[in-house]
Amino acid sequence: MVAVPAPRQVPLFFDRYKRLVIVGGIVLAWLVLWLVFRNFGTLPLDASELTPLHRWVNSVNDAIGASRNSNPVFLYFFNEIRLVIDEFVTFIQALIAQPSFGRPVPMIGWLGVVGIAGFVSLAVAGWRVALLAIAGFVFLGLQGLWQESMDTLSLTLAAVVISLLIGIPLGIWAGLSDRANRVLTPVLDFMQTMPTFVYLAPLTLFFLIGPASATIATLIYAAPPAIRITAHAIRSVPRTTVEASESLGATRQQTLVKVLLPSSRKTIVLGINQTIMAALSMVTIAALIDAPGLGKTVVKALQTLDVGTAFNAGLAIVVLAIVLDRVTTAATERRSLPRWALFSGLGVTGVSVYFSYTYLWAAEFPTDVEIGSSIRQGATAVTEWVQDSLPVITGGFKDFVTFALINPLQALLAESPWFLVALVIVALSFMIGGLKSAVVSAVCLGLLVATGLWQDSMITLASTLVATIMVMVLGVVVGVWMGRSRRADRAIRPILDAAQVMPAFVYLVPFLALFAASRFTAIIAAVVFAAPVAIKIIADGVRAVSPATVEASTALGSSSWQTIVKVQLPMARGALTLAANQGLIYVLSMVVVGGLVGAGALGYDVVAGFSQGQLYGKGLAAGVAIVVLGVMLDRLTQAAAKRWTN
Amino acid sequence: MDPVISVRDLWKVFGPNASQVVASDELKSLSRQELMDRTGAVAAVRGVDFDVAPGEMFVVMGLSGSGKSTLVRCLTRLVEPTAGTIMFEGENILEADAKRLRDLRRNKFSMVFQHFGLLPHRTVADNVGYGLEIRGVPRAKRGERSQEVIDLVGLTGNEKSYPDQLSGGMQQRVGLARALAGDPDVLFFDEPFSALDPLIRRDMQSEVIRLHREVGKTMVFITHDLSEALKLGDRILIMRDGQVVQVGTGDELVGAPADDYVRDFVKDVPRSNVLTLKWIMRPPRPDDELDGPELGPETVVREAVRSVLSADKPVKVVQDGELLGVVADEEILGVVAGEA
Repeated sequence: MVAVPAPRQVPLFFDRYKRLVIVGGIVLAWLVLWLVFRNFGTLPLDASELTPLHRWVNSVNDAIGASRNSNPVFLYFFNEIRLVIDEFVTFIQALIAQPSFGRPVPMIGWLGVVGIAGFVSLAVAGWRVALLAIAGFVFLGLQGLWQESMDTLSLTLAAVVISLLIGIPLGIWAGLSDRANRVLTPVLDFMQTMPTFVYLAPLTLFFLIGPASATIATLIYAAPPAIRITAHAIRSVPRTTVEASESLGATRQQTLVKVLLPSSRKTIVLGINQTIMAALSMVTIAALIDAPGLGKTVVKALQTLDVGTAFNAGLAIVVLAIVLDRVTTAATERRSLPRWALFSGLGVTGVSVYFSYTYLWAAEFPTDVEIGSSIRQGATAVTEWVQDSLPVITGGFKDFVTFALINPLQALLAESPWFLVALVIVALSFMIGGLKSAVVSAVCLGLLVATGLWQDSMITLASTLVATIMVMVLGVVVGVWMGRSRRADRAIRPILDAAQVMPAFVYLVPFLALFAASRFTAIIAAVVFAAPVAIKIIADGVRAVSPATVEASTALGSSSWQTIVKVQLPMARGALTLAANQGLIYVLSMVVVGGLVGAGALGYDVVAGFSQGQLYGKGLAAGVAIVVLGVMLDRLTQAAAKRWTN
Repeated sequence: MDPVISVRDLWKVFGPNASQVVASDELKSLSRQELMDRTGAVAAVRGVDFDVAPGEMFVVMGLSGSGKSTLVRCLTRLVEPTAGTIMFEGENILEADAKRLRDLRRNKFSMVFQHFGLLPHRTVADNVGYGLEIRGVPRAKRGERSQEVIDLVGLTGNEKSYPDQLSGGMQQRVGLARALAGDPDVLFFDEPFSALDPLIRRDMQSEVIRLHREVGKTMVFITHDLSEALKLGDRILIMRDGQVVQVGTGDELVGAPADDYVRDFVKDVPRSNVLTLKWIMRPPRPDDELDGPELGPETVVREAVRSVLSADKPVKVVQDGELLGVVADEEILGVVAGEA
């Protein structure tokens, strides 16, 4: 009886063992060869050094710059788009942010904006949220950041309006037509997985530095959620409901307007919410290409390591994010206000707009009540205190991660000859995903060499892997906890949701304060950015494990630990691989942000490319290298996921 | 009387090369599975013929996967048939263009769905008036007519509710009212009560019977429930693997099943409730005393039990003065005992 399964188990176990031996052998051989060939053929490139490719991109950039006003493609296409968008942004700015129409102040001053914000919130989200919005906007003014906030808001609004004008019709189209959906889906996948910073540089090539490029970059980032969610909403209207409408003789138009759109209203508003949050996040990041507003204040402060100012502006971004999120989230609920409330709200708003147009006190936010400077000083003081009094904790953690993880991995990747690393990666790819994966990896590695930024790529890869490992550790620990305990889920999920809403920049500020500018700071910021996604995916995966199976395991006398390790995690492995994949992509998209705070390598190359003309080509190449790394890691994790879940 | 709906050689094939399948007699003769293996196409409806008379309650019955839902969708062209003809009041609706089809749907027939298909963002009244709204009936008139049918289906007082505030049975009443609002000639029901609790289902069945009597519309009713079919149907069409197995009245199905499939199906039916005397009578034997009581051939067995058992002579089955046969205790007991 016992002998029957035995012959089947032995080769199976041996098989797995053999694979491990091969992988171990590859790594061991790599270590040995690393000792021999250390610092040979690492393809380094100095910070100011350029390759012919980089110079060629520079010359292309110059040539395009020179022909901007003569080439018909520019005259009749790019310049036109730029003009229209610039005009649109400038118009909104003239309304609420910048002195305009020969006036020393915007058309609508702070009081008017607060009034409008309050009224709109009242109408779509109820009076609680309206109070929150009013308080939030007043707080922005009290921080001494009124104009910066309004610049950010203008840019966000402009980008959102354009995103929705394009996104919602496209979404409806993709919702109605399978063919359109098939065409759009891969395009949207590409737009969303591409690290945001990467397309900033090429955009400036066509639309110059300024609001137009910032708006288009934001559009690329913010439109996909609107398109996707609209399409999804339309597709999820029950088939019967549509059939019922058709069976009564409705035209396609009638079914769309009377059935599909009203039924998907709630979900579409959710899409608008996502678009607004994505737009706000991107608008702050677009400060790198000179977009006005709060992002610029943060970037400047980060560059001078002025934590107080960065914190104050970061806080303003958070406040703006919270207000926009609350208002649009509440707007998904159906509500009807009494008529008198709407009319009196409208009246008060009208008066406040009129005052803010006419009187200076209502136009410019009063400077005598101000809390911005105390916030700045407070943040600086706290930072200094932490740095002075907790160096053992912060420094100890930082040193541990740096010396135990980052340094060895970086040494192995960046100090091996490039062909050795390439060989190892291709071999591992083959082990994971067969010939196809090996070929994809080989092509990606070839492209990395061609960008001239091999060593920088390897340094970035090392940081990325360390960050991803930390994301997965956090993800498994917190995710399993949340998946097993409803109470933990209820407590933690709102925090994760909030963290996902925050623009990426904001994460940097506290970590910069704690750990100063270093690779470690950048890694931690990336971990904080990527962890919420991974945690949520794993928590949902663990929760989705059938309760009956868990019950059966408990009934057999498993301990909690055994249930987790032998039942829940193995059954949630699809979620685990998805979390790893998403974690990697999120970490990579933070590489450029990390470049602002001492991550060096590709991130730094991209940032430097934005600010210095002669490094433009190099920055662009670094952006490409990030994308190539992303594609390679994405394919590899997906191949691994396929192998593992089979 | 001319039939309202007359279906001839109707085919619906899903998948690649559907039109080639129906063009080839060889492929058409294959079983579903063989066709699937050969071409990858699924024949949901295979050469179906039937007629529905005006005012008739016509039930299509079959298990899941038998093609009955596809069949009813073909009748309204919610699913486009692959081949065949569907004559509706003398017009082949497969030749109707989009506009004509819309007109037909707006005025001539309407449908009640298994999962209701109500619009969650509209009140009961607005759901009921939806069909009128899309054909451009003015609001006031719409409200009037909606109220009429709401009263008719027993939803009075719920006009302002939203669908998610109603129970399943109530929701299906809304679906019923919506279908009735346009005053169509024919109502199609696609398993309308399958999603309801048994007790509610029984209420709704009685409701449909009442409506059928009151409004006198032609109805085509799809179900997988034999007792529902027997309860409602003037005639029943049994479908299997996309084909018609048998069409007939309830007592014909029970009394003369066309094949083992139908026989197996009706095995558990309480026969005394369905069969009539004509199914159990026998020719008179020479020793029968032919001066007993008389009953008609359409008398249901259950109603005849008492008279047959209490008579000491065989009961004569007589139609228009002509003796068709006799029924004695043993025939009656054969039916009643067979059910135990």
